[in-house]
Amino acid sequence: MIFRSARVSADELDRVTGWELKPEGLCQMERCVPFSSGSSDAIDLAAVSRALGMPLVVEPRARLWALGTEAGGRALESATLPDLELPDLEGRPFRFSALRGRKAFLLAWASW
Amino acid sequence: MWQDLRTELYPNLEIVTVALDARGSAAARPWIEKAQPAHPSLVDEAHTLAALGIVNVPSGVWIDEGGVIVRLPETAYPRRPAFKDQTVPDGATPVERERIEAVKALNVDADGYVAALRDWVALGPASRYALAADEVVRRSRPRPVSEATAAAHFALGQQLNTSGERELATEHFKEAQRLHPTSWTYRRDAWAIAGPDHPAIYGTTWLDDLKREGVDRYYPPLEL
Repeated sequence: MIFRSARVSADELDRVTGWELKPEGLCQMERCVPFSSGSSDAIDLAAVSRALGMPLVVEPRARLWALGTEAGGRALESATLPDLELPDLEGRPFRFSALRGRKAFLLAWASW
Repeated sequence: MWQDLRTELYPNLEIVTVALDARGSAAARPWIEKAQPAHPSLVDEAHTLAALGIVNVPSGVWIDEGGVIVRLPETAYPRRPAFKDQTVPDGATPVERERIEAVKALNVDADGYVAALRDWVALGPASRYALAADEVVRRSRPRPVSEATAAAHFALGQQLNTSGERELATEHFKEAQRLHPTSWTYRRDAWAIAGPDHPAIYGTTWLDDLKREGVDRYYPPLEL
């Protein structure tokens, strides 16, 4: 999850991470984590990192910030598939929640 | 490869394929266009699916109608792969021979896996292959801070490689591999980006790593 500044807007945070800033905190699907931000236009990524347990790595030579995955516990805190969004070949976004209502088989592969 | 099964099982099952390719659609496009799938075919440049515990490919995950995972990432081939039956050609070097024998020894049970998938599609939660939610969570991989940090380094490597900063990208790919040494996806994708020089750049090879870690950590035997 890549960012180009240490502070980001709520919209960018939601688009990149799937975590939405709400009055009750940072929320993703049914989960909410307490979080307060002085401004929805300049959310501190370091504070997000601490709140969500997602390590923040900074690459100062390229002015890039990257959040890792959540740490602690197990890869799945619940069996509900996270509502990830990935693009197809043409860049069109696909949200995994679109699969609801039908059994689905997710296959990870690679060209290499 | 999965199109035939999708044709057989749709609309009771939808298939979604995700290419874990840091080089993005340029790398995945020839394969997808050749397959002409009717199902969604996505590209995951930053290996976002590592969050589900995917550490090698091909890996399959089963998701029920309510969006609940009922089987965690497992080695998933739709049919017995050709590499299981290859022969060592005359004149093969010792390393080539060793590599072929190593590939043939990998744990792959395509028939068993696909039969289990068909069973679940037919029976739903009554299938003995469908795991309860708490069992899915229990079986999912631990996620130490090191592996979570590796994900950030891999994403940086992918971004930097895309923007042409190859040396800086390699630094982050190496760090991702150091922090998450059991992830074959991080290794194999970075090696593919490095090309034929990858043994010199990363100081190891696929065969070296496989011999060190063993086939059961490359493709763990299925627990069906």
